[in-house]
Amino acid sequence: MKPQMITLHINGRTHYVALNPNLTLLVALRDLGYTDVKCGCEKGDCGACAVFLNGVAVNSCLVLAWQADEAEILTAAGLGTSEHPHPLQTAFSDAGAIQCGYCTPGMIISAKALLDQKPHPTDAEIRDAISGNLCRCTGYAQIIQAVQSAAEKMDAGGEG
Amino acid sequence: MKYQVKPLPQVNLPELRTVGKPLRKVDAMGKAVGDTVYAGDYSMPRMLHGKVFRSKQSSARITRLDVSKARALPGVACVITGFDVPNARLVSDMPGQTGQKQRAGSDVPVLASEQVRFYGEPIALVAAETLEIADKALSLIEIDYEPLPGVYDPLEAMKPGAPVVTPPDNIVARWKIRKGSMESGFEQADLIVENTFRIPYQEHAYLEPEAGVAWIDERGAITIRVSTQVIEHFRTIARAVGVRQNKIHIQGTMVGGGFGGKEDITIEIYLALLAKHTARPVKMVYTREESFLAHAKRHPYVIKHRTGVKNNGQITASKIEMISDSGAYPYLSPYVLLYTTVMAPGPYRIDNVQVDAISVATNNPYTSAFRGFGGPQACFAYEQQMDDIARQLGLDPLDVRKVNYLRTGDCTATGQVIESATWLEETATRAMAALGEQTPDYGSVKIGQGFASYFQSYGRITWMHDTSQAWVGLELDGTVTIRAGVPDLGAGQANSLCQIAAEVLGVPLERVTIYTTDSALTPLSGTSTATRQLYMSGNATLMAATNVRNVLLNRASKHFEEEIEALDIADGKAFNKSDPSQTLDLVDLAKMCASEGMHLSNLALFKAPFTDPINPETGQGQVWPDFTFGSFAAEVAVDTETGEVTILKAAACHDIGRAINRAAAEGQIIGGGMQGLGYGLMENLIVKEGVIKTPSLSEYLIPTSMDYPNIQAIILESGTGLGPFGAKGIGEPALTPAAPAVASAIANALGVSIPEIPITPEKVLAALDLP
Repeated sequence: MKPQMITLHINGRTHYVALNPNLTLLVALRDLGYTDVKCGCEKGDCGACAVFLNGVAVNSCLVLAWQADEAEILTAAGLGTSEHPHPLQTAFSDAGAIQCGYCTPGMIISAKALLDQKPHPTDAEIRDAISGNLCRCTGYAQIIQAVQSAAEKMDAGGEG
Repeated sequence: MKYQVKPLPQVNLPELRTVGKPLRKVDAMGKAVGDTVYAGDYSMPRMLHGKVFRSKQSSARITRLDVSKARALPGVACVITGFDVPNARLVSDMPGQTGQKQRAGSDVPVLASEQVRFYGEPIALVAAETLEIADKALSLIEIDYEPLPGVYDPLEAMKPGAPVVTPPDNIVARWKIRKGSMESGFEQADLIVENTFRIPYQEHAYLEPEAGVAWIDERGAITIRVSTQVIEHFRTIARAVGVRQNKIHIQGTMVGGGFGGKEDITIEIYLALLAKHTARPVKMVYTREESFLAHAKRHPYVIKHRTGVKNNGQITASKIEMISDSGAYPYLSPYVLLYTTVMAPGPYRIDNVQVDAISVATNNPYTSAFRGFGGPQACFAYEQQMDDIARQLGLDPLDVRKVNYLRTGDCTATGQVIESATWLEETATRAMAALGEQTPDYGSVKIGQGFASYFQSYGRITWMHDTSQAWVGLELDGTVTIRAGVPDLGAGQANSLCQIAAEVLGVPLERVTIYTTDSALTPLSGTSTATRQLYMSGNATLMAATNVRNVLLNRASKHFEEEIEALDIADGKAFNKSDPSQTLDLVDLAKMCASEGMHLSNLALFKAPFTDPINPETGQGQVWPDFTFGSFAAEVAVDTETGEVTILKAAACHDIGRAINRAAAEGQIIGGGMQGLGYGLMENLIVKEGVIKTPSLSEYLIPTSMDYPNIQAIILESGTGLGPFGAKGIGEPALTPAAPAVASAIANALGVSIPEIPITPEKVLAALDLP
């Protein structure tokens, strides 16, 4: 098959791109410069490439780019900037939840997906929500703390 | 509570303003918002994509290698084989800046051309216009093998007549310790306890597979942006590529996890060769499977302990034999073996010690550095041995250890006097106390608690003559810049330096910016390995910042007309301590100094203790600058019907000397502990005839958020370390005691010990069948 033009709406920007049918959304996003979407395994084992696809958190390595035609995609970099970070980004930074940082963008996507549904999760619910995101550095404790702290802040500030 | 918590001696640490606080690390926000650009995120104009063609045999002669079809494929820029680069060998000594010692048998061909010695060994390199073309080119490379007999068990490889992987006899390294007398030691014993322990591979499984981009810059230097723990490899690469050392420029990126797996040269040598041969930028990124195949693993060991003890538990003699599997090439095996050898007797005072250690070449995946560097294997064996001694004597495990624990002023088995605090009972009792009351057994489920104590070095081997440099400067707006060649693996390597400089120069952490990890543009700080960066580069930064501070205080003393001792700097101001309302803003002070030609920056070099090598016949001598001490405790539930082990509670207590960033130190303790728990219970690299059968994260399982409970981190601060402000190191020590603690808890639950990790349900059930 030949490349086909598709439209991707990513972090509020629109891209018209010609892509081969076998390309994953992960590769498409990274080729377009969204390198905050990390590649750790390309088979859905690690969660480093998680993004929102029409509001649902997915591993972008398990989605073909063509399947995302016309979809709204949100990556961790689309949530906030260092000047105006999302409460999860602030909480991860402050709680010591970030070591090497390679799992962080995907982890933040999974955490946001949880808080979108459950603004006041238990620790067990947080563990469950991030169970598809491997972290080799932190041992998860400070990540769970960070999600709890972000939940409190978002509740108080009505943000998110 | 099982044990009374041992009180701590009085420690009076000076109050500090920035150091010790759990501040946001300087690298955190960039990672949270996706601004941090990792090695695989870079692209260059006109960039090619590189791939490695690897052996599909564990032991074979290459009878034919034909790359002509691959070379002819449109879009292929070059294909390089070992015949094209006959001098491309990695003959480095210990990675680092000293170049003092040649490594035993460390000669590794970059590309195999006549014989392959392990599955996955690199044979050819390809660079092409696209990744797809590069992959296609790999499939067009034709190769014929003549299989050779392979050897996959180090015990077999030691036998006469075994296939030779490393000439002449597969022995890669030997170390010995001889202290006191075995004869008299065993004569004094009331009981002799013997056990054999088996310890497996471990895979680093960092989330970021190896990656990098290389190009030739306008001055003709091969520039390599790569994820590495060691930018000083530019020297080895220069030799292998055949250029001068100042024509290799390594720009290290933020490392997406290292744990020792990015300590040896990984992808950068291929990038350098491809960039040189094509004169174009080349990018290479490993897939996960290739990462499994390409980098070293933690060494499997067989360790035998024969220990003589008195009825009160006092050890009279310790005879230890160990064999490690170095795989097909030595890499750091001789040094890993040295670590295991010297740590083999554990943190115990023993008058009569004999250790014999051998590292043996096989056709298995090669083994090298992994967090702990031989220490965790030693610890698993000596702590299971201590538990068995307690069991056989009918004593409590803590009581047996208390009789033997090292104390400050005692000697290690190699005769090194320990001058810092040795808080072993202090950490063991606190870790156990943190578990609280033991959960009662229920149904077929048996509950057990156990702990392990350890000692682990921080800093490199002292006969490597290790040094680190750091540059600190005050800018004219009162901000501080640090330049240091430190690779940041996420453990806070760079941030610690910032907190130290902020403390010394009296500015908030936000005013400090650090530039790191550039072999040409930042002063060389040495490797991010061996738990050495805080100790080494922390001290270098402390020295440089103190030198700048002294310039400032000198000028301020003229301004205030006060002695230097009467002045201090904090919150961006110099002030008179006896009258804090007399202040001078750092901005004004910096301008005064600058206009008078005073030096507002400093480059400092910190030297570790330099010693001679240990005696090769007796092992006697100093090996490291100092040690970290601590303990890990766990409570487990073991289902005696299914063999399943669940960790109910876990706690780790370490004397880290002084916390520079408390949250970061806790992160090391918890994260390292989790890697150790995975090592003890779950992580299972299956290797058959040299082939890794579990080369993915769905086959080689590492702990997820669902597997283990939070590890309670208990930080003690004796202030007796050799690092800045009395800090010790915690990066590697954090992992070391976790697996043996879990094994102890399982043995406590079952009444039988399992001398082999990972302790899978199969092994639990097999152990229960024993009489």
